[in-house]
Amino acid sequence: MNNSILFAVIALSAIGALSAIILYFVAQKFKVIEDPNIDLVAEVLPGANCGGCGFAGCRAFAEKIVKAGDLSGLNCPVGGNNVMTEVAKIMGLQAEEKEPMIAVLRCNGSRENAPIKIKYDGPATCAFSHNLYSGESGCPFGCLGLGDCVVSCNFDALYLDEKTGLPVVVADKCVACGACVKACPRHIFELRFKGKKDRRIFVCCINEEKGAPAKKNCAVACIGCGKCVKACAYDAIELKNNLAYIDFEKCKLCRKCVEECPTNAIHELNFPPRKEKPAPVEIAQATISTSEQTAK
Amino acid sequence: MKTFKSGGVHPPENKLSANVPITVLDLPKKVYISVSQHLGVPSNIIVKRGDDVKTGQLLAKSSGFISANIHSSVTGTVAKIEEFPDQSGYKRMTIIIDAKEEEWIDGVDTSPEILRNIDFSKEEIIKRINENGVVGLGGATFPTHIKMMVPEGKRADLLIINGVECEPYLTSDHRLMIEKGEEILIGTAILMKALAVSKAMIGIENNKTDAIEHLSKLAEKFNGISVHALKVKYPQGGEKQLIKALTGREVPSGKLPVETGCVVNNVGTAFAVYEAVQKNKPLIERVVTVTGKAAIKPSNFKVRIGTPISELIEKAGGIHENLGKVISGGPMMGKALSSLEVPVVKGTSGVLLMLQDETNRIKISNCIRCAKCISVCPMGLEPYLLEKLIINEDYEKAEAQKILDCIECGSCHYTCPAGRPLLDYIRLGKSRVSYIVRNRKKI
Repeated sequence: MNNSILFAVIALSAIGALSAIILYFVAQKFKVIEDPNIDLVAEVLPGANCGGCGFAGCRAFAEKIVKAGDLSGLNCPVGGNNVMTEVAKIMGLQAEEKEPMIAVLRCNGSRENAPIKIKYDGPATCAFSHNLYSGESGCPFGCLGLGDCVVSCNFDALYLDEKTGLPVVVADKCVACGACVKACPRHIFELRFKGKKDRRIFVCCINEEKGAPAKKNCAVACIGCGKCVKACAYDAIELKNNLAYIDFEKCKLCRKCVEECPTNAIHELNFPPRKEKPAPVEIAQATISTSEQTAK
Repeated sequence: MKTFKSGGVHPPENKLSANVPITVLDLPKKVYISVSQHLGVPSNIIVKRGDDVKTGQLLAKSSGFISANIHSSVTGTVAKIEEFPDQSGYKRMTIIIDAKEEEWIDGVDTSPEILRNIDFSKEEIIKRINENGVVGLGGATFPTHIKMMVPEGKRADLLIINGVECEPYLTSDHRLMIEKGEEILIGTAILMKALAVSKAMIGIENNKTDAIEHLSKLAEKFNGISVHALKVKYPQGGEKQLIKALTGREVPSGKLPVETGCVVNNVGTAFAVYEAVQKNKPLIERVVTVTGKAAIKPSNFKVRIGTPISELIEKAGGIHENLGKVISGGPMMGKALSSLEVPVVKGTSGVLLMLQDETNRIKISNCIRCAKCISVCPMGLEPYLLEKLIINEDYEKAEAQKILDCIECGSCHYTCPAGRPLLDYIRLGKSRVSYIVRNRKKI
């Protein structure tokens, strides 16, 4: 009885020892030498795996950085400049200073501005609805309001406003990963510079129709009149296919275009309220007209 | 009685307008003629604003291999050429013509006399079909002259004329078969000559016994044309299902029907071919059924292409107080209209007016794995699985599950007890998968 226990213990120990020796040599033979920097870089990265950098995840991005040995064209939008300087420190490189970005919804077709004309009761995804028809307001470019972007956002930075029916970007949470840009079947979202003190100016419309049909569906559509192009002193606004587009790299945030826009399609965000302008011209005109009337 | 084997449903037929003769609608005052009312590339406009055009004059020329000519359906002046919303609400290039008194272009025979002798060669027939802009009038609007050109290495041995009209409510083909039976048969004979086949089968569902009798009697005078009654089952009017029902042949996955030696054309197309070849008359009018429980006077109209649908509804008694949805086409495959100002196009077979109560969707609940959708799918697919794959964005698996074979008949959606929007997701998936496949070919 005792013997058999002893035999089993010895036999198993022998097998164990033998396997250990084999495994040791195998491990030596097939050893994978990984750059320790990959681990260090991956640790610094936010770990959100959002894909905003263009790679499959933070680990893949770290591998790419270490492999490339160069930071040009590589940027983690979530971590921003802070993370990239830390990564640069690990790699002994110089980080490029990148202007922080944010997602911007370029449609203001709220229930009030673009009233509902068609009732839609199909599946609540923008992708399907976009394939099917032009949208509840009739605008073939505007937001469908079914929230594919909200579903795509990993950072809770988007929600649908029930009153307007439009998604809202939460500025503090948005990391400019670009998921919503890809999710929107109408390409309404755009990544733009976050701007100093969060100040941004953009054309809040992507309707390429001519003025009259665009205005028919939505009160605040860009009608392509070109007034803003003339007003801009920095050559930042381009008119293409009846639609104005403000180049955020050239825009100096002077707000001249906002004043010119006849349909309020150009939005300004987080600016202090304007000073009330004295309106001498208007008063003068008024006096002229009254004097004319009295003359008659 | 013949029918296809796997799948299919039998929705209530509701052929309300089956006994209403076709009435010719008054000429519209304004027509909206879209340049993309056929499958394929939009046509090139060859008229300018302010031009005077006659009825039947060429407005837009076919601009590619799969494209079709478009002709003016009225006499008048081109008022505008601009983007105008089509049935989906998206805008398409449209020629808007203010109509005046009717005047046909030269060379068109507008007399009601039936021309029975076919004195044209194969090439001449195809040329006339092409020039007169004939497209498939069953709904897919595939240019007919391309169907007639059998690809090299393939051989057609049978022409099938589709008089099934399996969609509930619609009766335009039914009325056409009764009123223009002989013309349809002459059209069939012309198509047979163009294809160089000696046999043609006309398939008609058994709920149109009068049409079957009428055509069978007429067909005795024609060589090689036979009329077949088919069991009533949706979607028998689908090309692949009809081939299966009539001949037992099966179209391989991803291939065209000509692979089995069959060419399928609609009865409406056969009539249009008769007019195009024998009378040199371009395709500028078609029969449209205005029907539904919310239609005050269900009717069949002969309408000029480009007439706004609102005019048809007005002629059919106006708008019902409880109108819920207006659908272009039948209830199974038709598309809800976003505006009544949408014009009739070559593919409009009917306008269906539904009551508010009928249009409500059932509440969507979870899939209970009853497999009803699988049992009714005429293509042998698994709709529940495809829906899941599309929701999870697994397009590769969806492609492997043959999502592109779906004919979008809607039987799965119709039969689902949980009210799941199966077809909606499959359609979305089809567009995604075909996009992926197209891009793959480029690389």
